[in-house]
Amino acid sequence: MSELPGDLEYTNDHEWLRKEEDGSVTIGITDHAQTSLGDLVYVELPELDVDVEVGGEMAVVESVKAASDVYAPVSGNVVAVNEALSDDPEKINADPYGDGWIVRLQPTADGDGETMTPDEYQALLDELES
Amino acid sequence: MPFIPHTEDDVQAMLKAIGADSIDDLFDEIPAELRISELAGVPEALSEMEIVRLMRSRSLRDRLPLCFIGAGAYEHHIPAAVWDIATRGEYYSAYTPYQAEASQGTLQTIYEYQTMITSLTGMYASNASLYDGASALAEASLMAVRGNRASNSKRILLAAGVNATYQSVAEAITGNQGLHFDRLPLDISKGTTDRAGVDAGDEAPVALVIQQPSFFGTLEDIDALTDWAHAQGALVIAIVNPTSLAVLKAPGDWGETGADIVCGEGQPLGVPLSSGGPYFGFMACTQKLVRQMPGRIVGRTTDLNGQPGFTLTLQAREQHIRRSKATSNICTNQGLMVTAATIYLSLLGHAGLKQVALASNNKTARLLELLTAIDGVEQTFSGSFFHEVVVTLDRPIAPVLEALAAVDILGGLDLSVAFPELGNALLVCATETKSDADLQRYASSLADILK
Repeated sequence: MSELPGDLEYTNDHEWLRKEEDGSVTIGITDHAQTSLGDLVYVELPELDVDVEVGGEMAVVESVKAASDVYAPVSGNVVAVNEALSDDPEKINADPYGDGWIVRLQPTADGDGETMTPDEYQALLDELES
Repeated sequence: MPFIPHTEDDVQAMLKAIGADSIDDLFDEIPAELRISELAGVPEALSEMEIVRLMRSRSLRDRLPLCFIGAGAYEHHIPAAVWDIATRGEYYSAYTPYQAEASQGTLQTIYEYQTMITSLTGMYASNASLYDGASALAEASLMAVRGNRASNSKRILLAAGVNATYQSVAEAITGNQGLHFDRLPLDISKGTTDRAGVDAGDEAPVALVIQQPSFFGTLEDIDALTDWAHAQGALVIAIVNPTSLAVLKAPGDWGETGADIVCGEGQPLGVPLSSGGPYFGFMACTQKLVRQMPGRIVGRTTDLNGQPGFTLTLQAREQHIRRSKATSNICTNQGLMVTAATIYLSLLGHAGLKQVALASNNKTARLLELLTAIDGVEQTFSGSFFHEVVVTLDRPIAPVLEALAAVDILGGLDLSVAFPELGNALLVCATETKSDADLQRYASSLADILK
């Protein structure tokens, strides 16, 4: 059973968001997502200062058995990417909610994108496992 | 012998299971105007005996004339061992096997091929090949759009000497994905891209395509063009003749940082002209772009027992994993042609390929000397060439070529069709296959015709 940090929001696409104090949003994939993908071998990061729309493809995570898009959970401008993943994509496997963060966005539209609380996401995971 | 194993009952049972009335129904989504009911020159099904007879009669049309046409496909000597080995039972399949790793020998051959291509082009990685040079340019263009993420453009610039057929194939394949191609102006005196006329235009290009040697056989200023493109934020796609790389600068060394994607026609490496195909396209790229490369890639690895082995690698790019987001729908390679090319390059080695390149260059220089000694024949462009050169005649080309064909000489390609601005221009090629007597025969026949 994967552990869900209580201070994060979650999406249907198994991504997590953390609202930072400066108003930006840090995004990564959940422990469930990294476990399902398996050992990650490559992460394709977006360019800095690119605008992404909610639901749009933002990054690609590639494991030994699959490649999967990371979608923008909110509309925003890319203000930071986790460059360390270029050399060390397995950081996502080791620490999905910490060192394995992927992108930080500055939201450009208020309140677009639907997110879940930890409990709601847990319920989704329970449903997937049942 | 029936090659379709289903009986009529099998077919009906399958149609019933999926709820279709007939096999034709399955093709309903293809608009009627795109469907061809019959192919010109291809008869209805024939028996084996009839088809052998038909193909023999057609093969007699190839009277083995003396060929001085290049223009993208080149006649070279192919050592007898190449096709003797390539057609052994162990190799003689056009496909990468479905359980690729079960055929370590096939994978190792492709791996060796990829190593040779990267060595020739000076690039980081090569794929296992594509269909031909023209479709390789289409794939390279799509790859550039995916790989150059700082650019939002789908505009591709072509140097003046890019093969016009490659452009039309690339346009046909990529047009519906929004790519468009613009050609830079030609310097009419040099037969290369007019650098003074080089202008990125309103929409910054996503890539610049440079063909070296150019379609006219001339040598572009690749370093300056490469650096100019990179300064515009464009990637550089090199189209090269693999034989020429034995003597010319590898695209990986062009300009300050080298070309980004290299592609071209592999036919000169041991594949016969054979009326236009099958040939193979090759493609190589920088490390940064390897995940954007289409096609199969073979890698070397270590198995459970610590033994070296070969495997298909980076498959997450491909359509069996990435589905509609795959880098390409190409999921095969020209395996048999690549096998021949690998054997050809192995037999020739670095020194042998260089001999072929230099001999071809010498023969073309000699041919030029003989032809321009004729009244009414002039060299069209000043400057260097590889193994093709353009001459201008004092009259229209087509009737001259017909007269040459009547004495079993294929005299070259009439450029006035695709490049009318060049006037009565004829593109000729002489490779190592031509003896001095062959060159003399061409020159004396042309002199007779032009009298």
